[in-house]
Amino acid sequence: MSTPHSAYLFVQCLTDSLFPEAAESMASVLHRLGVTMHYPPDQTCCGQPAFNTGYRREAAAAARRFVELFEAAEAIVCPSGSCVHMVRHHYPELFPDDELMRERARRVGRKTYEFTEYLVDVLGITDAGTQLGSQFSGTVTYHDSCHLARGLGIRRQPRQLLETTPGLVLAEMPESDRCCGFGGTFSVKYADISAALADEKADNIIASGAGTVTGCDASCLLNIRGSLSRRNSPVQVLHIAQILDPARTDGSKGGNQA
Amino acid sequence: MSAGNTSPKGYVAAASTALHDTRLRSALRMIQDRIGKGTMATWQAMPDQSLRHDAKAARLRTLDNLDIVLERLASAIRERGGHVFFAADAEEARNYCLQVAQRNNVRSVVKGKSMTSSEIGVDALLHANGIEVTETDLGEYILQLADDIPSHIIAPCIHMDRKQIAELFTRTLGIEYTEDPPTLTRAARKALREKLLNADMGITGCNLACAETGHIALVSNEGNIRMSTTMPRVHVSLMGMERVTATLREHDMLLRLLTRGAAVQNISTYVSFVGGPRQPGETDGPEEFHLVIIDNGRSRILADPRYREVLSCIRCGGCLNICPVYARIGGHSYESPYPGPIGAVVTPLLYGVNERADLCRGETLCGACKDICPVGNDLPRMLSELRHALAYGDAEWDVAPVSASERAAFRFWAWAISRRGVYDLLLGAVRLAQRPFTRNGMIRRMPFGPVARWTAGRDLVPVARTTFAQRWKQGSVPGSAQDNGPHRK
Repeated sequence: MSTPHSAYLFVQCLTDSLFPEAAESMASVLHRLGVTMHYPPDQTCCGQPAFNTGYRREAAAAARRFVELFEAAEAIVCPSGSCVHMVRHHYPELFPDDELMRERARRVGRKTYEFTEYLVDVLGITDAGTQLGSQFSGTVTYHDSCHLARGLGIRRQPRQLLETTPGLVLAEMPESDRCCGFGGTFSVKYADISAALADEKADNIIASGAGTVTGCDASCLLNIRGSLSRRNSPVQVLHIAQILDPARTDGSKGGNQA
Repeated sequence: MSAGNTSPKGYVAAASTALHDTRLRSALRMIQDRIGKGTMATWQAMPDQSLRHDAKAARLRTLDNLDIVLERLASAIRERGGHVFFAADAEEARNYCLQVAQRNNVRSVVKGKSMTSSEIGVDALLHANGIEVTETDLGEYILQLADDIPSHIIAPCIHMDRKQIAELFTRTLGIEYTEDPPTLTRAARKALREKLLNADMGITGCNLACAETGHIALVSNEGNIRMSTTMPRVHVSLMGMERVTATLREHDMLLRLLTRGAAVQNISTYVSFVGGPRQPGETDGPEEFHLVIIDNGRSRILADPRYREVLSCIRCGGCLNICPVYARIGGHSYESPYPGPIGAVVTPLLYGVNERADLCRGETLCGACKDICPVGNDLPRMLSELRHALAYGDAEWDVAPVSASERAAFRFWAWAISRRGVYDLLLGAVRLAQRPFTRNGMIRRMPFGPVARWTAGRDLVPVARTTFAQRWKQGSVPGSAQDNGPHRK
């Protein structure tokens, strides 16, 4: 990194309340890279649950607030692909009658990055071992979250980081980009369908033979962990930031689960 | 809607039952592994990666000029002595079929597989008027014998296995019990051949019409379409009004995408082109040809820019071969001639958004359907639009708000997430509420509230003792001590 970077941390609501360790690891990795960070303390949720359920007015209120809190940033970094997809692709749609707001949303969307995307595409990280100090012991399988892989086209970046982590063996699971079944409010409204899909995902994770499953989206990891835990599986669930964070790489000690 | 022995019980209940159907699960797993994955591989291997994009552009262009394109198709067919009838709705379409049948003293009808025929409910009307109707597509024929309805656009009886079909054939065709597919197929072929040779009228759908040449095209792999369109005296083709291309070049492009999307075939075993009745000097073909161009709610979709795109669909059924939800709940859960992701968008638009609210909301929006779609239809976007209509109501589609309590809940949510202090208080309340149910860091079972639904099938991660926001504020997170507030650029 030649020039110093600064970033606002956008810590998705589920990560904030359920997996704060994942966001801590993200901050730890960025701190070691010399990125100056600011965490807007009033942030909560990007509005995705409302948007996906159809409540666009409420989603627009969340979007407006997000834009106000984050628009001064040089870059916005988030440990969740689906929230970045929401900000980048859906925020502008929420202001059909407000050209100014739409443009502000577009500008914010253009500088909002998912964590691994920021590392690889913005900071130019090519080797997690030498550049981030990452190390890990064990076999890891990677889940492609839908909005991350299909919505943002991010499949290569997380794999590149995992593959260049010393001691880590990446074992692809079957159908890594098949939906885990979370789907936001779908997971509660249509809970038995959602749980059935999570169960299939757990089958594929176990079939990979990996001791750890990782991904870039807390919501998927929440669903996956719920299913693995229900069947008392020993497979641990870690957010990718926790794997990359040199301060927390010892998976054999159980680590902090996502 | 379609006849059949399944009475509607609603998406949620039907899906719940289907989730436990292991036979259904393995059948759909098989079709998704073979066809769905094959189609995706085909798209990736296609030398011309712009083909799908060009095809979509052509579809949208045709939709923009649909009135002119349809008029051209109609006049070309009329010039060859064919009849073209524009049906405003299902009733007009099925009544027209009955009139044609009665005028020609038709006693027996053979049908090629057609979802449009089930959309307009023509079978029941013909049957009620003493006309025998026989499906000639093998899958559809099996369903007719079983008094069942299709569950997949291309593989209609995918929900049945060999054993069920063997029992069915023993009972209905009087053959000796066998699970040998060739023997079963021969038995059906023998029975169907008699029907085909003696039918007075053939009814088929229309996969794609071409306005430039004035033809309809029908794809099949069994040869039944060719017989249904050439042997009987009368041929009636039912066509959704969007199923037309302007030029032969576009027709060719879309036909190639259709067979690849439907069955990973470069081209189907048979492609039948029909442009009218038997012409002077021709040795086969019907004496009368009727093309019924059906609106039945499609103009309304066409008029709405939010949903117009869905009319680009060429009904290959590709989205059913990749959708993780369809794979588990099967086609019958959609209670529509159009199941799967495409059905989740089209069915509410055709039959009522409120009545079919669960179809709009019962998907994860994963986007796999958009990936596999030969014309890249953005079904998740349209599902999101439908959910938006349901949230607040939509006068244009006569949609009423789906739930006052849900709307109130989201209002409260919007209020709470705009106030970090309130938000943190609520998280504190959740921490208290979850405490009695948390064991070894997981919530195993919540006896009440929406969380109970989650924990019925999975464990849940509880809210952490401290949020990231608190940790950052306390200065315990690396880099947090250097946070000097909002940066100035």
